[in-house]
This record gives sequence, structure tokens and C-alpha cells, in this order.
Amino acid sequence: MSPPAPVESRILRPVGPLVISIENVTKLYHMGDETIHALRGVSLEIRRNEYLAIMGPSGSGKSTLMNMLGCLDTPTAGKYEFSGQDVASMVDDELADIRNREIGFVFQTFNLLARSDALRNVELPLIYGGISPHDRHERATAALVSVGLGDRIHHRPNELSGGQRQRVAIARALVNRPSIILADEPTGNLDSKTGVEIMALFEDLYEKGNTLIVVTHEESVARHARRIIRLRDGLIESDAPAD
Amino acid sequence: MDRIFYELTESVRIAMAQVRANKMRSALTALGVIIGIVAVTLMGTAIRGIDIGFNKSLAMLGDDVLYVQKWPWGNVEDWWNYVNRPPLKPEDAVALNRIIAGTANSQLEIGVFTDARSTSVKAGGESVNGVYTFGANADYSRFLVADFQEGRLYSATESDSARQVCVLGFDVAQALFPGRSSIGQKVIVQGQPFTVVGVLVKQGSFLGLFSMDNQMMLPLGAYRKYFGIRDDNTQLQVKVKDKNKLDEAREELTGAMRRVRGLAPGERDNFSLNGGDGFKKQLEPIKQGIAFAGLFITGLSLFVGAIGIMNITFVSVRERTKEIGTRKALGARRRTILLQFLIEAVSICAAGGVVGLGVTYGMCMAVKTAMPNFPLEFSVSLVAISMTVAIATGIISGFVPALGASRLDPVVALRYE
Ligand SMILES: Nc1ncnc2c1ncn2[C@@H]1O[C@H](COP(=O)(O)OP(=O)(O)OP(=O)(O)O)[C@@H](O)[C@H]1O
Ligand SMILES: [Mg+2]
Repeated sequence: MSPPAPVESRILRPVGPLVISIENVTKLYHMGDETIHALRGVSLEIRRNEYLAIMGPSGSGKSTLMNMLGCLDTPTAGKYEFSGQDVASMVDDELADIRNREIGFVFQTFNLLARSDALRNVELPLIYGGISPHDRHERATAALVSVGLGDRIHHRPNELSGGQRQRVAIARALVNRPSIILADEPTGNLDSKTGVEIMALFEDLYEKGNTLIVVTHEESVARHARRIIRLRDGLIESDAPAD
Repeated sequence: MDRIFYELTESVRIAMAQVRANKMRSALTALGVIIGIVAVTLMGTAIRGIDIGFNKSLAMLGDDVLYVQKWPWGNVEDWWNYVNRPPLKPEDAVALNRIIAGTANSQLEIGVFTDARSTSVKAGGESVNGVYTFGANADYSRFLVADFQEGRLYSATESDSARQVCVLGFDVAQALFPGRSSIGQKVIVQGQPFTVVGVLVKQGSFLGLFSMDNQMMLPLGAYRKYFGIRDDNTQLQVKVKDKNKLDEAREELTGAMRRVRGLAPGERDNFSLNGGDGFKKQLEPIKQGIAFAGLFITGLSLFVGAIGIMNITFVSVRERTKEIGTRKALGARRRTILLQFLIEAVSICAAGGVVGLGVTYGMCMAVKTAMPNFPLEFSVSLVAISMTVAIATGIISGFVPALGASRLDPVVALRYE
């Protein structure tokens, strides 16, 4: 893996059509009598081939926003359109289909199935997408090769290093060719050297035309993105290109 | 369509992997189902065995025969209404047969008078006690259910001339003349010599209580001569033409018997009609009671097995909450998750069912070898029913936890540690 390109020399790809549009989104959580305002009215537009970092202190609502954008959750109020479809009113299974086709998740804790090898882990979204076993195998293998794990296809998670596990998770996020890839603290469980490698892989994905959203509270991670959104107390504090 | 198929195969694969990863736990859970299935199927085979034995026994009696007797079968509380009835007499049979002959399209074939007593039979140095001995004329040939091992029934001539001949049941013949033919041999009954003309084949026992092979038949004339006339066991056996029209036959026989007895209209019957399906009808509720109680009690053990399955599915869902969250994030629908856990529960139950059936089969075989008369019947329908029960147990007990898993909020599930 090559080290990340120096900030000044990196390319900025032209952005594509609108993928995500949220308007005045709020999210409330009820804990007994207490109501927690995780999001207090967030508006945001994300276009294809953007590379976005979401930053903010702990508890500011980053994960909540991420889950919303990833269609894991629906807003309490506000508008959410994904490629022109109204997500806020969708039911569980419709959301599941959107997640399957349009979104790739990368988790801080990798979330691989412990008893399945890398290949089967990567095949999982394809199974839920109704892809035939033959195509599945081919596409999952290609995805693993593209993250540099062509020689670890039949290893189980416990036979892989942390960085390799996160690569498997990234291959799994990529394999269905989603519109956006969402990563919540993707380097949070990795040492800094491995973290750098993973960010280089993200850079690579961006340059190949993927749309990335990364949640982080590390400036060094956020610096890789082309646009940085800062949250505070459930509101967007700033939304600016990375310089 | 493809998608459902891929999801199904994936679910089966996950279930298998899960069972393999938790062998001990799955085996113990399956054990509960195995015990339940063994209990239920054993009870099933016993009930079926009893049923088959019962029907065999009824066939021994002849299921197309009605009995005209002084007393009804079963208990009577108003005994004073019966005790003064006239006994059945040989002349009644003659009169009845004349009426039957004179009735167009009669549902009745023929009636025969019989009397019976328990006695001992001797030959050479051997003696058999408690032989059920009955007298009937040669018309009885129409009522014989069993074939002859050797010989024949006495003829009408022999019977009518009160010749001292007899037909022996299988066990009686075996006891008196072991290993040789009984035909032409003399047996001593009531101090009188009787010549054996026939031996019946082995029939077994009626409801396991009353041996059909420990009996002897004498011509009615000879019987009455040496046993005297005691009217307590006399009866008319009446053969019915079509056993599917028992009710019509019964009605006709009642009318005919009233004519035989010369009863005026309005007068009460002074005889009872027994047999046909009356006996069966009487035993049916008892049989059903046994079946119901038996299945209920054994069903409880299956219920315990089902609770084990439900529990293990709850545990499995809890353990893999985060995995459920991940699968949902990757696009698993509700039904996919539901299926995954249902199939897991069902496969443990199905495995338990197969093993349970195997155990039951083995036990049936062992019991059959050890005690051939014990009423157990293993059958194909039993296999089908118990597999259905096992799978249904899996579905029912796995459903609630699986449904809970399918409805988990993905965000909550992903946060679960
Ligand atoms: N399921 C939930 N139930 C109740 N409260 C919740 C839930 N999820 C989040 N919250 C609350 O909403 C607020 C925002 O949480 P969120 O997880 O989005 O923060 P975050 O910015 O991701 O923080 P961190 O950097 O620590 O991950 C917090 O106050 C949190 O306690
Ligand atoms: Mg968070």
C-alpha cells in the first residue's frame, strides 16, 4: 500500500448527480421520561462521487445521522430522499432492499461473521440480493482481490489481522456496487499504521469513482475527505470543503 | 424467486453451522424432543396395537352376528326388569328360522341355538380343565369364523341323532394329543366318550382375556343329554346378511322375535339383542378415553421438549443479536431472519424426531421379539405423523423467538454487545 498522497497533490473528482437529500431531519430517543434530541434539524445534500467526513464530539449525533443516511433508521421528522425516493415513509423490508442495493457499511468493529471465511462474508450481501452462486463467487473474489486480500479468501476472521478484517468488511461493502459507502469510525479499532493503510484504500476507492461518507473524530482521518461536516448537539455546525 | 431460494439455502447452511458449532447444546435440546417423540409414538403404537387387537377379537366373534339373550350386555341397574324374562329355547331358533324363510328380502340369514358351560376334558392320562364347551347343531357351520386345522364339523345327521362326537379348539387338542392327529380319538366329557371329528386352527384370545382355542363344540342333543338344561347361558346367534345394514337387521330381528314370543303390540320386549356393533360402540368411549389420556400425558413430555427448543432459540437469538443487526444492515429482510431461526429450531426438532422414531422402532422390535402378543403396531402413518409433530413442534416453539429476531431494530441490534 502506498502512503496517502500529500493533501495538496490529490485529485478532486467532479461530483455527479444528487444521491442523498435530507431536509430538517430530527431524531428523538425516549429513555423513560427523558427525551433525547439526537438530531435537531439537519439538512444536507450529498452527490455522487463525494468524499465526506462527519466530525463532532462524542454524543453530537454522528452515528445517529449515519444510521439515518444508511437507511438503518428513519427520522422522527423531516424529509429524506435517496435517489429521489422518499425513504422516511418506507417500511422495514423496503429499507432492507435499499441498504442491500445502494449502501455499503463499514463498521468500527468490522462485524464479520466469525464462523464464515472471508469469501462467504463478502458473498452475504449478494445472497440477500438474489445473485446466483456462480456470480456471487466471482464477484466476491474480485472484491477481495481489489482490497489486496486475493490470497486470504478462505481465511476466517480469527485467522486475519485487524487491518485485514477491515479490508474484508470493505470488500463486503463494495461487492454490491453501492451508490454510497458509509464507514462509522473505520479506523477506531486499528493501530495508527493500519489506520493509514485503510485510509489509503478509501482514497483509492474514491479515485475509482465511489461515494464515501466517513464518521470520525480524528482530524487526521477527516483530512482525507474532500468535504467535512461538523456536528454539535445534533446540529450542523459547519459544512465546508477540506483544505 | 431466486432470492427466496438462495435465502433458504443460506438459512439451512447457517442452521447446520450453528448446530455443529454448539453440538452439546443442540444434542441436549434434541434429547428433549427425542424423549417426547418416543413417548408419543410408543403411546401411538400401543393405542394402534390395542385397536388392531380389538378388531381382530371382534372378527373372531363374527361382526355379522347378533345375539338374542335374556340379559343385555353391560351392566343393568334395573335387574328386576330382566330376571323374569323367559330363557331362550331351541324351539325359538326353529320358529325364528321359519319366519326368516317366510320373509321376502330378509336381512337375516339364519339363527342357531347355543348353550355353553365350562368343563374338563380327559383323554388317556391327560386332562384339561376349564374348557369352554358349547352345544349347537350343525347349523353352526354358518357361524364358524375359524378354519379347521384337521377334520370337519359334525354333520346334521350326527347332530340330530345326538351322536357323541366333538370338535376341539387348538389348545385342547394340543394338550390331549400332543404331536399327533386327534381325529378319531376318544375324549371323556362328563364321564362319556366323545369321538373327535375336527380340530379348529389356532385363533388367539379375545381382547387378551378369553382364549378362543380353549373350547369344545358338541352336538346340541348330546350336550343337553349330559349337561342337562340350565337356561342361564342359552342364546340364539343370528347371522346377518349384510353387516353394513345392521340396524335394519336388528329391527327385523326384533319384530321376528316378538312374533316368536307372541308379544302383543305395546308389550315390552322380553329378550335382549346384543352384539353386532353394540359391543364396539360400548368399548369405543373407553378406547378413546385411554387414547386421549395416554396422548395427553405423553404429549406433556413433548411439550417440555418444545419449551427446550423455544429456550434454545431465544438463547441463540440473544447470542447473535449483533449478527442479526449486521445481516439486516447488509439487506436481510425480516422473513430471512425469521427463516434462519425457524429452520434452526425445526432442524433440531426434525433430527430429534428421526432419532426418536428410530428408538421407538427399536423398542417395538425388541418388545415384539420378547412378547409377541403385546399389542404394539409400528406403521408408516406413525412415521408421517410423528415427523409432522416434530416439525410442527419446531415451528411452533421457534416462531416466537424467531419473530422477535426478525423484528429487531437494526440500529439497536448493531449496538448490542
Ligand atoms: N438507541 C438510543 N437510545 C437512546 N439514546 C440514544 C440512542 N442512540 C443514540 N442515543 C443518544 O443520542 C445522542 C447521539 O448519539 P450518537 O451515537 O449519534 O453520538 P455520536 O456522535 O456517534 O457519539 P460517539 O462519537 O461517542 O460515537 C447521544 O446523546 C446518545 O446517548
Ligand atoms: Mg458514534
